[in-house]
Amino acid sequence: MEDKLVIADKSFSSRLFLGTGKFSSGELMERAILASGCEMVTVALKRIDMRGQNDNIMQYLNNKSLQILPNTSGVRTAKEAILVAQMAREALQTNWIKLEIHPDPKYLMPDHIETLKAAEELVKLGFVVLPYVHADPVFCKQLEDVGVAAVMPLGSFIGSNRGLKTEDFIKVIIEQSNVPVIVDAGIGTPSHAAAAMELGADAVLINTAIAVATDPVSMAESFKLSVIAGRKAYKAGMSYSLEHSMATSPLTPFINDL
Amino acid sequence: MKTFSFIYDKLNWEEIKEKIYKKTDADVKRALASYNRNIDDFMALISPAAEQHIEYMTQISNKLTQQRFGKIIQLYIPLYLSNYCVNSCVYCGFNRNNNIKRISLTYDEIEQECKVIKEQGFDNVLLVSGESSEKANFNYLINALSIARKYFSAVLMEVQPLNTNQYLQLVKEGLYGVYIYQETYNKEKYKIYHQDCLKADFYYRLETPDRLGEATINKIGLGFLIGLDDWRTESVFMAIHIKYLEKKYWKTRYSVSFPRLRPYGNRFIPKVNITEKELIQLITAFRLFNTELEIALSTRESPKFRDNAIKIGVTNLSAGSKTNPGGYTISCDTDNQFDVHDNRSQKEIAERIKSLGYEVVWKDWFMLQNN
Repeated sequence: MEDKLVIADKSFSSRLFLGTGKFSSGELMERAILASGCEMVTVALKRIDMRGQNDNIMQYLNNKSLQILPNTSGVRTAKEAILVAQMAREALQTNWIKLEIHPDPKYLMPDHIETLKAAEELVKLGFVVLPYVHADPVFCKQLEDVGVAAVMPLGSFIGSNRGLKTEDFIKVIIEQSNVPVIVDAGIGTPSHAAAAMELGADAVLINTAIAVATDPVSMAESFKLSVIAGRKAYKAGMSYSLEHSMATSPLTPFINDL
Repeated sequence: MKTFSFIYDKLNWEEIKEKIYKKTDADVKRALASYNRNIDDFMALISPAAEQHIEYMTQISNKLTQQRFGKIIQLYIPLYLSNYCVNSCVYCGFNRNNNIKRISLTYDEIEQECKVIKEQGFDNVLLVSGESSEKANFNYLINALSIARKYFSAVLMEVQPLNTNQYLQLVKEGLYGVYIYQETYNKEKYKIYHQDCLKADFYYRLETPDRLGEATINKIGLGFLIGLDDWRTESVFMAIHIKYLEKKYWKTRYSVSFPRLRPYGNRFIPKVNITEKELIQLITAFRLFNTELEIALSTRESPKFRDNAIKIGVTNLSAGSKTNPGGYTISCDTDNQFDVHDNRSQKEIAERIKSLGYEVVWKDWFMLQNN
């Protein structure tokens, strides 16, 4: 049976999603997306200029099979996020929205109070909501309760390439979640991505690590392969690792003498 | 409420200056090796001792900037509303004592300028005005903002300091950011450069970012003018200022700019010079100190310097700028605030940026009305 990822009413063969910021050109971004084999990309609504002649990022994302996931990057409150989601729905003809509310422009840390409010409202308004969150297991369950389509916990700071600093919490989220878990933010190398997939994450979202690489196209392909490898390993039922080697002088032979 | 003045009054210009100039090669190496650099590290990076490490600083700055901002450059453009001014800043072309042709754009003219700038591809604009309660009062500024908001998603202002209520009103009307340069952080020198005018109140200006922070504005642009006093000492005061603001007004993003004063006519000659190498040191030291800071470079600098600055830490460039009111549509003969050195059109600059392997970003904010 094919190992497909289903989010809301869509199924995806690729478990790698890409962000579209930071690329040195639209053409290069387009080629990286193609090389990655990804089927969903996220785009900041603030970057989209449907009227502009200079800077239309959407012309590079017109592949029909690509699911566009607009995001609310830049907003500081639930109210702004809802407004932006509605603008995105109108501009891009999709009810999918990556909800990210970070009032702190320095580390871009998600605001959970506002995120929960916005998620609840957006679900009611008919959106497919994918919220960016801290790796907080309880919060992920609360979001699930209000009807989000997936949760997107952070591995570490956005754009930091620091890897899975939140691994212990991500494990709990994966264990408890009834919706897909997409590890977002912080994944800096293909081995980080593979590690996230080995933990059982349903997908990963990568941006900086690909966009800022010397050769983004080649890096995109590397991520594609590592995500496939990590997922296969997870499905294959990995062997275990032990803290200590097996003792050569057993401690329990006396049982036979009893 | 305690403002930055409270911290400023505990600082001593001469002591800080002495500390900077006493930094050693070992201090610089420690600062370079540090993960989270503090003010002391910044002093080392800005000191004469760091001169031999500028290439290395530039390499790190380039990597940090690319990782944070991507391989992109944002372009901005000023729209000068009025060159009437009640102030007497000795370094400025709009100084009230200068005999220049003065105009203040009518609302229709502002709209015309907006249209032309929009047609050039810009989606943000910086409204600039001299201070004049007669020719460009608060009401005029807020009306100019509403006009500009019809065309641009991000509208910023560089005008006289306003009070908190006025900033709250502007933010409510959709103002995205304010550039407010301290000019000089040396209180004594500030008095000399701004005599007998509204701008003479050093502390009112110094506390302006506090008032903007209170109004939760999205972006505050800080700066000092290079040419008034020792630029290394100025930069340390500004670094302390930014650190204070980031902690207190944590929802706001910050940008810095380092305008080098240029002589205008034969009326003003800058007191302090900075070499281009030192300007690179200044930019990269700020980047190493603060990864998230936006760094803007205006058309005061030469095309060659600006092209190279893209790779050393700069994130925002002005392009196609006219520094006189009506410069884009009605008039070529009103006087400039300063002479532009990079006269290339926005199109030429954008093409050059692309050829250097960077994407030009024109739009980076929402077209929300009255958010």
